[in-house]
Amino acid sequence: MTGAERVAIDVEAVTAEPAPDAFLSVRDLQVQFPTEDGIVQAVNGINLDLARGQTLGIVGESGSGKSVTSQAILGLLKGTSAQVTGSISLDGQDLVRASEADMRKLRGDVMSMIFQDPLSSMHPFYRVGDQISEAYLVHNHVGKKAAREATVDMLRRVGIPNPDSRYRDYPHQFSGGMRQRAMIAMALICNPKLLIADEPTTALDVTVQAQILELIKDLQREYNSAVILITHDLGVVAETCERVLVMYGGQCVEMGTVEEIFYHPEMPYTWGLLGSMPRMDRTRQARLQPIAGQPPSLIHVPKGCVFNPRCRFTDRVPGNACREVRPDLVAAAGSHPVRCHIDTAERKRIWSSEIAAKL
Amino acid sequence: MTEGTAETPEGSANTTEGTAETAEATQPDIHPAADDPHALLTVNRVQKFFPIKQGVLFQRQVGAVKAVDGVSFSIRPGETLGLVGESGCGKSTTGRVVTRLLEPTGGSITFEGREISQLNRDQMRPLRRDIQMIFQDPYSSLNPRHNIGAIIGAPFRIQKVKTEKGIKPEVQTLMERVGLNPEHYNRYPNEFSGGQRQRIGIARAIALRPKLVVCDEPVSALDVSIQAQVVNLLEDLQSEYDLAYVFVAHDLSVVRHISDRVAVMYLGKIMELADRDVLYAEPMHPYTHGLMSAVPIPDPQKEQQRERILLTGDLPSPINPPSGCVFHTRCPKYREELTDTQKERCRVEIPELEIKREGHFVACHFAEARAEVVGEDIETPATALIP
Repeated sequence: MTGAERVAIDVEAVTAEPAPDAFLSVRDLQVQFPTEDGIVQAVNGINLDLARGQTLGIVGESGSGKSVTSQAILGLLKGTSAQVTGSISLDGQDLVRASEADMRKLRGDVMSMIFQDPLSSMHPFYRVGDQISEAYLVHNHVGKKAAREATVDMLRRVGIPNPDSRYRDYPHQFSGGMRQRAMIAMALICNPKLLIADEPTTALDVTVQAQILELIKDLQREYNSAVILITHDLGVVAETCERVLVMYGGQCVEMGTVEEIFYHPEMPYTWGLLGSMPRMDRTRQARLQPIAGQPPSLIHVPKGCVFNPRCRFTDRVPGNACREVRPDLVAAAGSHPVRCHIDTAERKRIWSSEIAAKL
Repeated sequence: MTEGTAETPEGSANTTEGTAETAEATQPDIHPAADDPHALLTVNRVQKFFPIKQGVLFQRQVGAVKAVDGVSFSIRPGETLGLVGESGCGKSTTGRVVTRLLEPTGGSITFEGREISQLNRDQMRPLRRDIQMIFQDPYSSLNPRHNIGAIIGAPFRIQKVKTEKGIKPEVQTLMERVGLNPEHYNRYPNEFSGGQRQRIGIARAIALRPKLVVCDEPVSALDVSIQAQVVNLLEDLQSEYDLAYVFVAHDLSVVRHISDRVAVMYLGKIMELADRDVLYAEPMHPYTHGLMSAVPIPDPQKEQQRERILLTGDLPSPINPPSGCVFHTRCPKYREELTDTQKERCRVEIPELEIKREGHFVACHFAEARAEVVGEDIETPATALIP
């Protein structure tokens, strides 16, 4: 019934042309990993547009497909068993069909990535400075001396004291925060136009996290880069991002500006995330409100809505639509895209009367 | 019973070479923060130094990592004490010294009035029924070759506890209690997700109805939605069995949620110790201020408005901790507000953890309460944001 109507609206929403000012534009991205146990549908139809100077946050639990999305954009899945379909266009260039050689030219130059664990992402055997200047040498026609100067300058910019002597240190001689700074220096040495930060501060202490987030914001302002920040920490998102994409089970379940996601979320999963966090800015709750159950298996993705086995509100939908029909990502008038069968007015009512009051 | 602590050999607290030795000589045996007649556990000026050795054949000690340097606190039955701080501050080491998984270098640990810091392995064993631990990493803390039944039943076998109908029904009751399916008795750890494994670790820890459980970052490896499930479980078990928790974590918001009192650690020392609500509303130590203002708030508007104190730099090395107050090298107050004579005092004199108000201990020469950093919005609850 309502399902068929929804599909009609939704097709338009998905196939809409990329926004004219989009620097990165992803359409219907699908990533599958064939394994012995079956096909893992890691990413299932992601659409996103990102302009220069913008910051997009991707939020989700482990296994929600947020890291795989970023790896697909960077072309890091080429040469693996992963099957990537859909389109990724960066500044007009199609990345899904680009050759590995083309990707190598782009990576580190036009787009680059900050990884979660700086110790395992740096080679323990080479000096930190040499590893950073290598990226500069590959993409620029300069000599070693110029590369070294650029590296020392970059190290200074990211706040490493005595960059001249630190250039010669090995990764193990750096503290966790300094390694992450060196990673950032490596990612930014060629002024990338797109920067993907995959849980850049998860391994760090809050005090160092605050320093690193500040640094990423400053450098973004300076270079006018587009930034994708992948994290599970909603506080980090609120601090750094303008738009947010909430992922669950390989799908985008809600997308909007930070204000929309934090003040008017409409998807039960987003409500659950906001309710599970103890918050320091509110009066202490007597009890946290967790999301019951476990994240879904990506091999046997639940039928219907991916979130339905853990959703408390399936009874608000007539019939058995939540368990039978996969909802589409639809933006109702005056709202943002949400993947949920519950009627928009009803969702707004549930949020304001039942959820928000308890947060 | 607690009088026993007064008889603690003075030598044990003062044997270690320390700059504060002269100061300590004039002080009472029991640290004020550890002086509680109703305490279940009392930790008094505990130290843990890891020796650094050099040389191949004849190893000699060239230095020590001062992981824990004079920590004092007490816990009452059924209470939760949160230990927070950056990585490397000694909070996990403190937890391990309390459970005697590590030998303390100095100081005394009293459990139910009995001094336990000098007990040997055999003497400790009966006490292990009362003091248990939950570990951070649910992947490495369970033996992959043992099934769940064997893992949760191990405490019964080791302690030779007889149960009415044997171990199995007891274990299955425990599994049910922590939210696991009792039919999974014969499964192996690799068949469970991170959250479920943590439940296994919890079931093992509470199997013998301990009085004190040291939780070492029990939820930091879990996803947000699962984290809340485990926190709620820990709270339920606490009220059901009257457990006392030492809750070691770096996540300040989780610690605020679960703890009754909170101790903030920095470089092996407690900087501030107070009731949860007091500590979070009116922190007095500059380090606590900095730590709290660094926590991002999941609210975009407040996030833009709030005042932030950025702590610069990294944690100094615990091998060569700074002189005087260990925090002075990163202290925003030291940098911006203090006069030269005051700075001199920070550099030279070690601040003792002193009582500043009822139940509020601070180790800072110039501690003062400030307007709350985070700003609880009791007047404007979430509903006010909805148009």
